[in-house]
Amino acid sequence: MAKPPIPLPQLIELYGPHLNYEPPGGWQDESIHPADKLVKTHCCFCGQQCGIQLKVRDDQVIGFEPWEDFPFNRGMLCPKGVKRYMQNNHTDRLLGPLLRTDNGFNATTWDEALDFTVKRIREIQEKYGKDSVAVYGGASLTTEKAYLVGKFARVALGTKHIDYNGRLCMVSAGTAYKLAFGVDRSPNPWEDIPKAEVVMITGSNTAECSPITTEYIWRMKDNGGKLIVVDPRMTPISRNNDLYLPVRPGMDVILYMSILNVILREGLHKQDFIDAHTIGFAEVAESVKQYTPEVAADVTGVPPAAIEKAALWLGNAGAAMILHARGVEHQSKGVENCSALINICLATGNFGREGAGCVMITGQGNGQGGREHGQKCDQLPGQRSIDDPDGRAHVASVWGIEPDEIPTAGYSAMEIMSALHSGEIKALVSICFNPVISLPHAEFTKEALEKAEFVCIIDPFMSETAHYADVVLAGSLQEEDEGVVANVEGRVLHIQKCVNPPKDARVDWTIFVDIAKRLGREKHFDYHSSREIFDELREASRGGHADYYGITYEKIDKQMGVFWPCPTLDHPGTPRLFENAKFFHKDGKARFMLTPYRESGDPVNNEFPIYLTTGRVVSQYLSGTQTRRIGALVDMYPEPRLEIHPRLAKQHGIADGDWVTVTTRRTSATFKAMVVKTIRPDTVFVPYHWPGKKSINQLTHRTIDPRSKIPEYKVSACRIAKTTDSSTEGGSQ
Amino acid sequence: MTEFGFFIDPSRCIGCKSCENACAECETHRGYPMIQVDFIDRANSIATVPTVCMHCDNPTCAQVCPADAIKKTDDGVVQSSLKPRCVACSNCVLGCPFGVPKMMSAIDQMMKCDMCYDRTSTGKRPMCATVCPSQALAFVPLEQIKRERKLKPTNVFHFGKQKVTTKVFMMVPETVDEISVDVVDYMWEREEEHEASASI
Repeated sequence: MAKPPIPLPQLIELYGPHLNYEPPGGWQDESIHPADKLVKTHCCFCGQQCGIQLKVRDDQVIGFEPWEDFPFNRGMLCPKGVKRYMQNNHTDRLLGPLLRTDNGFNATTWDEALDFTVKRIREIQEKYGKDSVAVYGGASLTTEKAYLVGKFARVALGTKHIDYNGRLCMVSAGTAYKLAFGVDRSPNPWEDIPKAEVVMITGSNTAECSPITTEYIWRMKDNGGKLIVVDPRMTPISRNNDLYLPVRPGMDVILYMSILNVILREGLHKQDFIDAHTIGFAEVAESVKQYTPEVAADVTGVPPAAIEKAALWLGNAGAAMILHARGVEHQSKGVENCSALINICLATGNFGREGAGCVMITGQGNGQGGREHGQKCDQLPGQRSIDDPDGRAHVASVWGIEPDEIPTAGYSAMEIMSALHSGEIKALVSICFNPVISLPHAEFTKEALEKAEFVCIIDPFMSETAHYADVVLAGSLQEEDEGVVANVEGRVLHIQKCVNPPKDARVDWTIFVDIAKRLGREKHFDYHSSREIFDELREASRGGHADYYGITYEKIDKQMGVFWPCPTLDHPGTPRLFENAKFFHKDGKARFMLTPYRESGDPVNNEFPIYLTTGRVVSQYLSGTQTRRIGALVDMYPEPRLEIHPRLAKQHGIADGDWVTVTTRRTSATFKAMVVKTIRPDTVFVPYHWPGKKSINQLTHRTIDPRSKIPEYKVSACRIAKTTDSSTEGGSQ
Repeated sequence: MTEFGFFIDPSRCIGCKSCENACAECETHRGYPMIQVDFIDRANSIATVPTVCMHCDNPTCAQVCPADAIKKTDDGVVQSSLKPRCVACSNCVLGCPFGVPKMMSAIDQMMKCDMCYDRTSTGKRPMCATVCPSQALAFVPLEQIKRERKLKPTNVFHFGKQKVTTKVFMMVPETVDEISVDVVDYMWEREEEHEASASI
C-alpha cells in the first residue's frame, strides 16, 4: 500500500508547490554578480523547443537572454520560456533520495535508496513475474533518456510494460500518420506555413499551447493567405480568422468528411496525384457521400455555408496546410479525426511541397523525439515496430542480447494504470510523468497507485504522484544534462548541460544505470556520458524510419538542428518529408483511411446534457509539476475557471464569478464561472493543470481510442448547477 | 546602420504576457514590468492589447512635469523620471494621452518604459519585442515591416485638439493615415462652430 504517508497540507508545506518569484540572490543581485556565461540551449517546455540562452553563474541558472540567431523562434519566447530559468534553484527541488515511512518521507543515501528499490523490484518480479513491474517514461525527457528508459525496461527489468506520457499527447496523430504514410512525423518544416494559401487550424489552441507558431500563421496572413479555425471555443488564434467553424465537441470527423464531400462534389480533388501516389481513395470517396453539408450541419453545429466555404478554399488553394493538435486527437476516435484530415490533404494533393501538408502540432517538450526510440510500448528505437523481426534483430545486436530477450509489446500508459488497479501489475518505476493529475478519472488513478506494492518516482520535484511513492529519487532538470530533443518539425536539437543538479540530486540517466548495475545488467548499461548513450541510439535507430545515424552533437550545433531522417554522416537531414510524393510505405504510396463516426465514450443525454471539454492555458505546462512553482506564471492564471456561454449561464442563473458545480458520471467538482461568448453554448471548458479538488481530471472518463490508446479528454458529458457552497472547491490546497 | 523602429500591432496580440514577463527581467527595473497586456472585453472577445510607451516627439508627460524630471534622450527615447527630481505628483500619469506612466508608490518615483535603454543603446532589441511570440510588438527596420505586413505603420495620433507624433508606430489598416479617438475629428462642422465647441 502506498497512500500518501502524511496529510496533504504537510506534504505541501515540505515539498511545495511554493512560488518562486525571483532569481537566485534576488532581482538586484545580477548587477553585482553578473553571469559567468551564456549557454545556447532550448526551452524545456512544449514541443516548439525554442532556442534560448541561459545565464549561468556559480553553477546556478540565474536568468535568460533571447537567442535571436536560432532560426525556429528567432528570439521569440512565450511567458513559460521567459520564466523557465526559475527552477534550477527552486526551494522545492528534491536534493537527494527519499524513503517513505509512516511519518513521511525521510532523507536517505543513494546506496540505501537504490538497494531498497532493487530489493523490492527483485522480490516482486520473483513472486509475480517480470511483467509485474511497469515503467513510465515521459516526453519531456531528452531523447537519450527516453531511449534509455525503453532499454532499461526491456533489458534491465525484462518487463514488456513500458509506456510514457506521450500516450496522452500526440499518439492519435502518430497512429494516423503511420497508417497513412508509414512514418510518424509532421511532414513540413514550419517555414512552410507562411507559404500556404490556406491554413486550417483544428483542435489547436495554438496561441496558448504553441505560441511561437502564431507568428508563422500571422505571416501566412500577411502573405495573403486565409485562416480557417475549427474549435468549440474561440481561442486567441481565432482573432484573425477568415472563417470560424465552431464544431460541436466530438463531431470533428463528420465535419472533415463533409469538407471532403464538397471537395469531391466540386471536382476539386487531384485525380492524377490520387491515382499515382495513393491507395484507398474510392472507398473513402464513397464513405463521405452521405455527409453533405446539410447533414453535417445538424450534427456538427457548423452552418452548411461555412462547410462549403472551407471546402472551396481548401480545394482551390494551390497549396494548403491543415494544422491539428490535441483537440481532435484527445478523442476515442482521435485516429479517425486525424485520418480524415489526412484524407483531405491527400485528395487535394497537398503533400511534399512548400506550404502544403497535414501537420500535427506536437505538444510536449520532446514529444517528437521522446516517441521515436523505444519508450512506447510497441516500438523499438528508430520508430521500429516491436513486432518486426528484422528490427528486433538489429536492436538486439546493438544491445548485445538475443532478439528473443526483447519482450513483446506491453500495455500502454492507460492500460498500465488499469493493470495496477486490477492487481495484474504490482509495481511502477516512473520518471517525468504525473498521472495523478494528467490521467482521466483521477480517483481511479489514486486507487491504482494505492494498490501498488511498490512505487518508485524519479523527478526533480515532488509531484502529486510522488506522494504515493515508496522511494522518491531526486532527478534532474533539462538544463542539468546534455542531450538531444526533436521539436515539432522533427528537427533534432542539442540540449546543453548548463549546470549540475543541486546537492545530491542526480542526472536522470545515471540513476537508471545504477539500478541496472544492481540488477546485474551492468554490461548493457556501461555509459559514462550522454554522448555515449546518443552514439548507441544512433546505431540502434540506423535503418529505421527515424534514422539518427547521421546526426551528431557537432552537426546539430553547426546546422542549428538536423531534421531526421539523416541516415549518413554526410546527409544534410530531411526538412520536408514526402517530396516527389514518395511516402514511407514499401510501395511508396500513401493510404486513404476510412473514418467511420463513433459516439463518444461518455455521451451526452438528458441526465448529462452538456459537453465538458478540457485543455490548457498559456502560463502552465502539462501537469504543472514545474510551472505551478513559478510565481509569475501562477499569478497569470492562478486556478481553473469554468468557461461558459452567457446563454447557458442564464439558463442556470449563473453570473460571472459564481461557483458552479460540474457533475459527470464519475463525480462532481466546483469551479468559478467565467461567462464568455467565446465558447459554444452547449459546451463548458476547464483547463487541467491543477491537483486535488481543482483537477478537472476528477471528472473526465477513461475511454480510450482503440488504436492509439489516447484518453478522450476533449469530450465528456456533464450537468451544471450554481452553488453557494465552495467547500468542494480546492481552496485549501 | 539600418535604423530600427518599434511597432505595435494589437491585432496580432495573443494575450500571452510574454512581454510583461520579459520586461520585468530588464536591468533598470528588475521585477517590475513597464508594459501591460489587457483583455479589451473578455466577456465578448478574446482580443487583447499590449500597452507600451509611445515615446512622443513632444512628450505630454514631460510638459506637465512641474519638476522637469522627465527627459527625452537624443535618440527620441522618453526616459523614466529622474529620481532626484521626481516629486511623485503623478501629473505625468494623468497627463499622458496613452495612459502609460506608472507611479511606483513604494519608491515615490514615476517609472515607465524606456525602450530597454540598457539594451537598445548597445544595439540589442528591446526585451518585449524580442520575445513577443506573435510579433504584435516588433523591433525591425521600417522598410522591412512595410514590405512584410498587410497593415501599415503610423505614428500620428489626434486627441481632441492635441496632435501627437511618436517614435513608436501603431500598425493600422492601409486606408488609415492618422489615428484619432474622437468622433469630432470625423465630423463635419463649420469653422466657427468648431472653434466655439472646441473651446468648451
